[in-house]
Amino acid sequence: MAGVGGGNDFQWCFSQVKGAIDEDVAEADIISTVEFNYSGDLLATGDKGGRVVIFQREQESKNRPLSRGEYNVYSTFQSHEPEFDYLKSLEIEEKINKIRWLPQQNAAHFLLSTNDKTIKLWKISERDKRAEGYNLKDEDGRLRDPFRITSLRVPVLMPMDLMVEASPRRIFANAHTYHINSISINSDHETYLSADDLRINLWHLEITDRSFNIVDIKPANMEELTEVITAAECHPHQCNVFVYSSSKGTIRLCDMRAAALCDRHSKFFEEPEDPSSRSFFSEIISSISDVKFSHSGRYMMTRDYLSVKVWDLNMENRPVETYQVHEYLRSKLCSLYENDCIFDKFECCWNGSDSAIMTGSYNNFFRMFDRNTRRDITLEASRENSKPRAMLKPRKVCTGGKRKKDEISVDSLDFNKKILHTAWHPKENVIAVAATNNLYIFQDKIN
Amino acid sequence: MSEEIEETKTVETSAEEQNTKVICPEKVEEAKLKARYPHLGNKPMGSDILRKRLQKGPKYFDSGDYNMAKAKIKNKQLPTAAAEKTEVTGDHIPTPQDLPQRKPSLVTSKLAG
Repeated sequence: MAGVGGGNDFQWCFSQVKGAIDEDVAEADIISTVEFNYSGDLLATGDKGGRVVIFQREQESKNRPLSRGEYNVYSTFQSHEPEFDYLKSLEIEEKINKIRWLPQQNAAHFLLSTNDKTIKLWKISERDKRAEGYNLKDEDGRLRDPFRITSLRVPVLMPMDLMVEASPRRIFANAHTYHINSISINSDHETYLSADDLRINLWHLEITDRSFNIVDIKPANMEELTEVITAAECHPHQCNVFVYSSSKGTIRLCDMRAAALCDRHSKFFEEPEDPSSRSFFSEIISSISDVKFSHSGRYMMTRDYLSVKVWDLNMENRPVETYQVHEYLRSKLCSLYENDCIFDKFECCWNGSDSAIMTGSYNNFFRMFDRNTRRDITLEASRENSKPRAMLKPRKVCTGGKRKKDEISVDSLDFNKKILHTAWHPKENVIAVAATNNLYIFQDKIN
Repeated sequence: MSEEIEETKTVETSAEEQNTKVICPEKVEEAKLKARYPHLGNKPMGSDILRKRLQKGPKYFDSGDYNMAKAKIKNKQLPTAAAEKTEVTGDHIPTPQDLPQRKPSLVTSKLAG
């Protein structure tokens, strides 16, 4: 069966799964963000416990033909810890909301990780040499008696087992009253933006004690609050352009050259709504949970509760493509509102060539759409299908009437198994899918 | 005469409802929700939901809130925890049972295991 992702018969196969098999998932182990770096060699995950785990792709070698570019643990560290805001009697969660990699400029790797309030720049560097033959201390570190030293020697650098160290280089704090939902590194590689529910700030990577507020939608009277910022991203090539999405299903594109405060948008993207179909749920399900520019910078993609939309930046009045993720949920909105699932924030991502897009759903299903062939596929991240290089079988949800043999009915879907975070390798057909506390890596067969 | 007209109206309405059901599953769901929660306002994303969203996170005992709430009470009744769909406004006087559990100690992620 033909798959998705570049036209020809690509077929997705299981590659690896990381994480414990426990039935009882500790809240701290729930993965909250997944991100490949620019080369795709590194894959970072953040979790609710404030921890970051970075995987590195093994070089394919003739000695180990079976590894085929597997991802193994490279570094792990505690990025954020729980804090307490004494003034408001509120706990600040250590959950990592987003990780964004900086483009690599030297041997070290840098990433930004953020929780609700504080953004941190982490440096991940390798150490594979150490100095031996110190004058003032022994090999085990004890200080030598200075009077016993009779000769001087130059320490020599000797190889050692690779050690990967993570250290926080900058801490960008105290700039957000509300909860940070997005960070995005600018194409100038010097600045980045951070967005919370009501404000967006622009930072310089070197400067931690101040940031510029560039968007502020807080009303003078909070009773008049009607919408919040849900996501924001910098344009991939134009360092003066960024977009932000709202809980009302709109996207605003702003140009930082126009004014210091970008409260007035340059472009306003909204799909007209059919007023006769408006219901209590309309606004909630139109809330955009993620916005991502295409690599080309010509398009952007938005995810709302039931669909993914591709917008041409040159056309504001409607999206150019709309893909239904799980339309069968429209007749379940009442119960999804009651169990809060209607507020789940799904992310979406492009493949490297912008020809395909991917997003998650419930029951550990995730969906891929090929923009050229208009074919779509539903796959499942499950341990049952986790033999090495096992091909993934397409899944189908039965919406009513007779259920065919391999189909699953809407009422049998497990709404606790949500795939909110997915990532696509920037150059190859390799994807990372976070299923609660497990990270699945799939590759296409030809790769 | 008037009876006939009423009958016609009833027939038309149920035809409309059928049309609505076929075209708009959302409206059916909305009707279900309103049946279960009659006090729910008409504007779902009004300040209520947004304010709940802005104030994410467990709220612990606040002595200021506690004393203000006590001062407001005219008779000796203490307000108890509010029903699920409304937010904690600060009038709610928490008891130890309401407070969330302390977090477990920090260990290495199982992804790295």
